Amino acid sequence: MTTQRHDFDSAPFLIEELPWHPRFSLRVRPGNRAALAAALSLDLPTAIGQRATAAGAEVFCLGPDEWTILVDNAAPLVAASRNAYGQIPHSLVEISDREITLRISGAQALTALTTGCPRDIEAMPVGQGARTLYDSATVTLWRDDRQDFRMDVWRSFLPHVRAILDQVMVELRSGL
Amino acid sequence: MLLIHCPYCDATLPESEFAYAGEAHINRPADPSTLTDEEWRDYLFIRTNARGPHFERWRHVHGCARFFNAVRDTVSDRFLMTYKAGEARPDLTAVKEAAE
Ligand SMILES: [Zn+2]
Repeated sequence: MTTQRHDFDSAPFLIEELPWHPRFSLRVRPGNRAALAAALSLDLPTAIGQRATAAGAEVFCLGPDEWTILVDNAAPLVAASRNAYGQIPHSLVEISDREITLRISGAQALTALTTGCPRDIEAMPVGQGARTLYDSATVTLWRDDRQDFRMDVWRSFLPHVRAILDQVMVELRSGL
Repeated sequence: MLLIHCPYCDATLPESEFAYAGEAHINRPADPSTLTDEEWRDYLFIRTNARGPHFERWRHVHGCARFFNAVRDTVSDRFLMTYKAGEARPDLTAVKEAAE
């Protein structure tokens, strides 16, 4: 039973589909990480879930040898990668179209995510993130503020994830 | 739901982020063509099927995506320890004592 007052007009959270943005997957062995970070002029954090933000670039450590990089301008990054390739073996792959990014924000954004995500998202520090699950879909979750998240969802899973979130929206709105 | 400690993420996380990947510490024979059919069959199919602590592989597939090893008690489903792939098989007595 709920003691919450029903407020049918206010949206419990907001889902926005963010516009296309250049996104890369970077793989490099731990021994070459520091050298490559210098060559690309990027901070490559080593703790999984940690993020680094610089002018025009966001870096997210997904695994011990894996990073997602968002850049405003792809050309300089690609050029730097090409220059370093002979000396520092690595793989930089453009994956801009692989996932669609949803921004989920608002008073009940956290509640909305807990409906599909098995992790303790509340304990996730602001400014960090995790690759995890939403229902059965692998997602990359970025916590930008207490109630402000970005969720990268593989394109083919998006209708499934959106359908659940839309259902959650209806349920939260009706005070369930 | 089980909670599993990923040695790469260094975090204890819900089971649904992980996938089981069979018994651990089974090395592929260096030269399969020198093996008898029985030896090859054993490599492919014959497993310990332990009742109690079992060395097994897991993958943090919806997370850091790494494979790692675990010692899990097949009776209680309790994870005694997890460790990174490539590390030596730990001594079971020490594992049991540490988990007490
Ligand atoms: Zn992990």
